[in-house]
Amino acid sequence: MPDEMVETLIYAKPDSLTSTGTHYCPGCTHGVAHRLVAEALQEMGVREKTIGVAPVGCSVFMYNYFNVDFAEAAHGRAPAMATGLKRLNPGSIVFTYQGDGDLASIGAAEILHAAGRGENITVIFINNAIYGMTGGQMAPTTLPGQKTTSSPLGRDVETQGFPFKMCEILSQMEGSAYIVRRSLHDVPNIRKAKKAVRTAFEVQRQGLGFSMVELLSSCSTNWGLTPAAALTWIEEHMIPAFPLGDYKVHPAAAALEKAR
Amino acid sequence: MAKGRIVIDDALCKGCELCTTVCPKDVIHMAMDRLTPRGYHPASLVDPQGDCTGCGICATICPDVAITVYRWVPAAGKVAEAIA
Amino acid sequence: MAKELLEGNTAFAEAAVRAGCEAYFGYPITPQTEALEHMSRRMPELGRVFVQAESEVAAINMVYGAACAGARVMSSSSSPGVSLMMEGLSYIAGSEVPVVLVDIMRGGPGLGNIAPSQGDYNQIVKGGGHGDYRPIVLAPATVQELIDLTVLAFDLAEKYRWIVIVLADGSLGQMMEPAELPPMRPVRPVDKRAPWALTGAKGRAPNLVTSIYIDPAVEEKFNFRLVAKMRKIEAAEIRLRELSTEDAEIGIVAFGTAGRICQTAVKAAREEGIKVGLLRPISLYPYPYEHVRALSKRVKSLLVVEMNMGQMVEDVRLAAEGRVPVSFYGRMGGMVPMPDEVLEAIRKMHAGQPVEFPGALDA
Repeated sequence: MPDEMVETLIYAKPDSLTSTGTHYCPGCTHGVAHRLVAEALQEMGVREKTIGVAPVGCSVFMYNYFNVDFAEAAHGRAPAMATGLKRLNPGSIVFTYQGDGDLASIGAAEILHAAGRGENITVIFINNAIYGMTGGQMAPTTLPGQKTTSSPLGRDVETQGFPFKMCEILSQMEGSAYIVRRSLHDVPNIRKAKKAVRTAFEVQRQGLGFSMVELLSSCSTNWGLTPAAALTWIEEHMIPAFPLGDYKVHPAAAALEKAR
Repeated sequence: MAKGRIVIDDALCKGCELCTTVCPKDVIHMAMDRLTPRGYHPASLVDPQGDCTGCGICATICPDVAITVYRWVPAAGKVAEAIA
Repeated sequence: MAKELLEGNTAFAEAAVRAGCEAYFGYPITPQTEALEHMSRRMPELGRVFVQAESEVAAINMVYGAACAGARVMSSSSSPGVSLMMEGLSYIAGSEVPVVLVDIMRGGPGLGNIAPSQGDYNQIVKGGGHGDYRPIVLAPATVQELIDLTVLAFDLAEKYRWIVIVLADGSLGQMMEPAELPPMRPVRPVDKRAPWALTGAKGRAPNLVTSIYIDPAVEEKFNFRLVAKMRKIEAAEIRLRELSTEDAEIGIVAFGTAGRICQTAVKAAREEGIKVGLLRPISLYPYPYEHVRALSKRVKSLLVVEMNMGQMVEDVRLAAEGRVPVSFYGRMGGMVPMPDEVLEAIRKMHAGQPVEFPGALDA
């Protein structure tokens, strides 16, 4: 190497993550989603005023991996807890991180009303079309025909209904300021997801209203696929059912994204 | 000499192999000859020709933040762009 | 401050405001909605937090979040709504954050009706949500007591990092009586919040508020800590009133509105020459077992009067330890016993006859 070159650190673990190794399955995209959130908080310099609300699900212990204040919510109730936390700490950054059972099943009322009230919180919604922690049961986001431990013959829409499209639903609420769906199945999409997560937190910082980033994620273990095959499954099966895109973007949020 | 290098932390790597599927230079391979403290075969940089560019694509997909990325950049003035 | 004519629900809401309550989260439910409405006007007026939540489930979880932030926070509801809050209360107990709740009881079970009852005693006093915890429970019988106990509730909740429930009924919530409100206490500034509170990890290690301890050995240790806390509460926070129990031959034990009704009956019975006394627990947890035990040693029989099918009577029987017969008189479904019904029961006991109450077991 010519003398003018120097070896530089390009990427290392952000300070907003602890050095505790996660308990997630090998290849689980929770780790990626956590990293994106941690990077965004780090870049914005808001680690010290952030409060997270952990869900019930595989990520129930996510507070072990973040260097921020954290509360553990009852299943589905994180948006309500976040409402209490944010209203009593108006200068803070409050986020919830929820799976498909937490957000779209037991917590359906809470997420709808948090968006309806335009609560200035950020929700990271991990959609992997299944219930991970409890061993692979059907989720509101499970695809028609998809086999799970509680839909062993494949989801029958006649008796078990159709998947919930939460971005589509929540983008209808006037209190929603930034509702987008991204995917974690490959590096270009992870980069887009990172931008969206960062924008969502900026939306909160500007007090523009409710923000949510839905992240299509994998569940290698319960889908019965290798980590790499699971990411392919997202691309081939989930994206057609849950189209990626921007479902609601407050004009000021659009300006924020352009500026970066 | 390589334009970049990565360091994979054995304590964190769970052998999910995702990094090996995305490396544009195919310099990451699973080390089947050893196990991490948690019992996984870890990924490891195998770069005899010095092909690693420090692009950081592996670190972008790594769910365990196990990969630290370095790159050789001009010393004066130019700031290296982050991969994130 | 001077006495004013105050409605129960409005009184406890304003008392909470004066006690420095920073946030109220609730949902309309008869017969306590006036409290929510009062808070919807007063809290924004004072720059404090008010949210009408989408349900009592959401309300108690908002309360949980605000309590985690170290703020003085409360909710109020009535029996069916309180049932919805049981999950949240268990989580709050398991997290040791201070919370105040007022339950204005109504007829049940199920949708029941909007008339007064004491049907939530077991649910509230014995814990209610899953797991081993007993919130402090205070039972007022007058609007003044409702005011004073609501203020006390905030202090006790913070002193012990525990749930305090003010247990009243629809008649107390709806009635108007002369009472005095306390002076306004200032709200605690954010930078004076407790060191464990979630306020953002600036200049300190991150705080965590949780109720999960996945390792059973650790969970058991945590439970022992809660037990030790409850023992402290039991040693220090017993409250009750006694009326003419010193020479009583018949002892009445009753709480809240039932206690107030018995007070009138006791005075009337004394005028008839019957030696009867009243023990009115004000703290239902911790329960005044020792006082009831002492009473059971002095009297020939005990009578428990409740607006339910017999809930507190079990605690009286526990305390009496079989020394004397314990009779029960109860009205349910929103029916309120009148003093002359209780007087009739006292007369029956005095004459050695069994106490009857309407519709007993032949419905």
